[in-house]
Amino acid sequence: MDFVSFLIQVLNSLQYGLLLFLVASGLTLVFGIMGIINLAHGSFYMVGAYLAFALTSLTGNLLLSIALGIPLAFVFGAILEWALFSHLYKRDHLEQVLLTYGLILIFEELRSLAVGDDVHGVAIPELFSASIPLSDNLSYPVYRLVISVVCLALAGGLYWLIQKTRLGMMIRAGSHDRDMVKALGIDINVLYRTVFALGVALAALAGMLAAPISSVYPGMGSSVLIISFVIVVIGGVGSVWGALVAALVIGFADTFGKVLLPDLAGLMVYLVMAVVLLWRPEGIFKKA
Amino acid sequence: MKTMHNTRRTLMQAAIGVIAGTLLPLAAAQAAEKIKVGLMLPYTGTYAALGTAITNGFKQYVQEQGGKLGGYEVEYSVVDDESDPSKATENASKLVKRDNVDVLVGTVHSGVALAMAKVARDTKTLLIIPNAGADELTGPLCAPNVFRSSFSAWQPAYAMGKIVAERGHKNVVTVSWKYSFGEQSVAGFKEAFEKAGGKVAKELYLPFPNVEFQPFLTEIASLKPDAVFVFFAGGGAVKFVKDYDAAGLKKSIPLYGSGFLTDGTIDAMGGSGEGVMTTLHYADNLTNPKDQAFRKAYALSYKAQPDVYAVQGYDAAQMLKTGLDSLKGGKFDKDAVAKAMETAKIDSPRGAFTLSKAHNPVQDIYLRKVEGRDNKLVGVAEKGLADPARGCRM
Repeated sequence: MDFVSFLIQVLNSLQYGLLLFLVASGLTLVFGIMGIINLAHGSFYMVGAYLAFALTSLTGNLLLSIALGIPLAFVFGAILEWALFSHLYKRDHLEQVLLTYGLILIFEELRSLAVGDDVHGVAIPELFSASIPLSDNLSYPVYRLVISVVCLALAGGLYWLIQKTRLGMMIRAGSHDRDMVKALGIDINVLYRTVFALGVALAALAGMLAAPISSVYPGMGSSVLIISFVIVVIGGVGSVWGALVAALVIGFADTFGKVLLPDLAGLMVYLVMAVVLLWRPEGIFKKA
Repeated sequence: MKTMHNTRRTLMQAAIGVIAGTLLPLAAAQAAEKIKVGLMLPYTGTYAALGTAITNGFKQYVQEQGGKLGGYEVEYSVVDDESDPSKATENASKLVKRDNVDVLVGTVHSGVALAMAKVARDTKTLLIIPNAGADELTGPLCAPNVFRSSFSAWQPAYAMGKIVAERGHKNVVTVSWKYSFGEQSVAGFKEAFEKAGGKVAKELYLPFPNVEFQPFLTEIASLKPDAVFVFFAGGGAVKFVKDYDAAGLKKSIPLYGSGFLTDGTIDAMGGSGEGVMTTLHYADNLTNPKDQAFRKAYALSYKAQPDVYAVQGYDAAQMLKTGLDSLKGGKFDKDAVAKAMETAKIDSPRGAFTLSKAHNPVQDIYLRKVEGRDNKLVGVAEKGLADPARGCRM
């Protein structure tokens, strides 16, 4: 590998890592902070991607679609929380697994009924459709760089929300002791509904932003589910910075694994996970 | 409701049978013959659209024959295999043992088809595979009662190897998912390409179904091959072609693929696929009258354009009919049916084909080029190409 290729691979790793953080960010909130084992995370991602496809077909503009899609996903999340998840906080984890697994099947079936099983593409917004030449024959799509910037902004925003605001303080307190928070006069139901809805909106945003580069296809949700859990667990459950660092570590491991150890590429991510968890069983960053 | 309806129909049929039986003993015996077809295909999941197209194609042919195949009334037992290999043996056994089907038809996913072939061999049930391309099915695992109406992974890839060499490319990089279908495609390509004097500089694989191609695009850019050959399908195919285009590589290094890269995926590629060449046993604007009639009838019945999968389903029914014809209305005899199918000449929309000793179509492989929303026919890449059926002892 020459030096230029090496630098480009580093860029690929960073970019992929940031994309993974984006994909996992919703799960950081719902699983990491609220403690719900949410297997339907991938489905929310898929809902976002299909929302981007449907809204873009209507409006012809991805950015507008995202602006419309985020509130829709937020409301959708709030309704789900009210109807289903709010009954599960005090129940066993197994019941959360059952419910969220059921949701995967339901969303997949609904998707099939509503949109069919074809693969669809979403156009990259005109504004970002250019490419930057990197070497004599390789160029880099601007849209991927834009996504990276959005991811960084999102990581900063989430960190600020959870660690520095009063709302974040209440969320963290609620995850430790619901009853005590309630006793202090905080409406924990509204608080949790908001956080859950935010998690769903983030997962959907990831789907919407990724739609132009990943395309939109059946089963796309399950492809991000496992890697999202890996990132949240490696990073240290509940830590926003941890998730970011973990996503970047996975980005590097996957990219360089593919290039340097192609036979082990499929294992690379899980090897990294095993090593990190042996080294720090609680994840890279301990629970915030 | 359905049961009542069925009961009533059975009663009526029985009544008619009794009346007819007293009058015309011979004719009645023939009218009662039925053939049970077990359709085991994916109707949910990633391959749902393919399973539906195959079913439509199969039923299209039966309908053209007046609802009968070779004089036998067709009764279907349908199972959704979900493209899940872990449920495949159970599903296939259920059709054979519980529903007593005479013929199994399925499926799309090669892993599921391998399990079905095992059940078919163990129970000596006739099996027609309308898509799954794993080389083994008509290779080491070939059997007197196992047939394929589609293709082997080797076929389109081998044809492309020759074409890429003929187009003057000497040095090629291949990219594929690391699973048997991908590896078999690359092997087929490499065999023909290196025989014609080319050299595969590097084979790149990524784990299925990973679609993060950026590291490979970077590697391709630094290796600077004359051309790139890939095998991907579905969402992965769309993403690869889009990424390849977005990375600016399409301008300097032409992209070639094995068939399914551009089948059912062109729209989603949104223009990135334009000009990509692939090889397959079907194309969008064949000029034979059979294809034109088929496309017209299919569009009329299903309000959708047929694709290669529909053709494979249609031909599975044609193969079965040829087999059943040999019985001349007598009792169902699977050995006789299989024997007749072996020598069948199938008048397929893709162009007529015969079956190899290992029961895989000996067929023309077409070179196609993406133009607009179609895989336009460029020419015949290989005439009457037969899979080598390595490992088949039949």
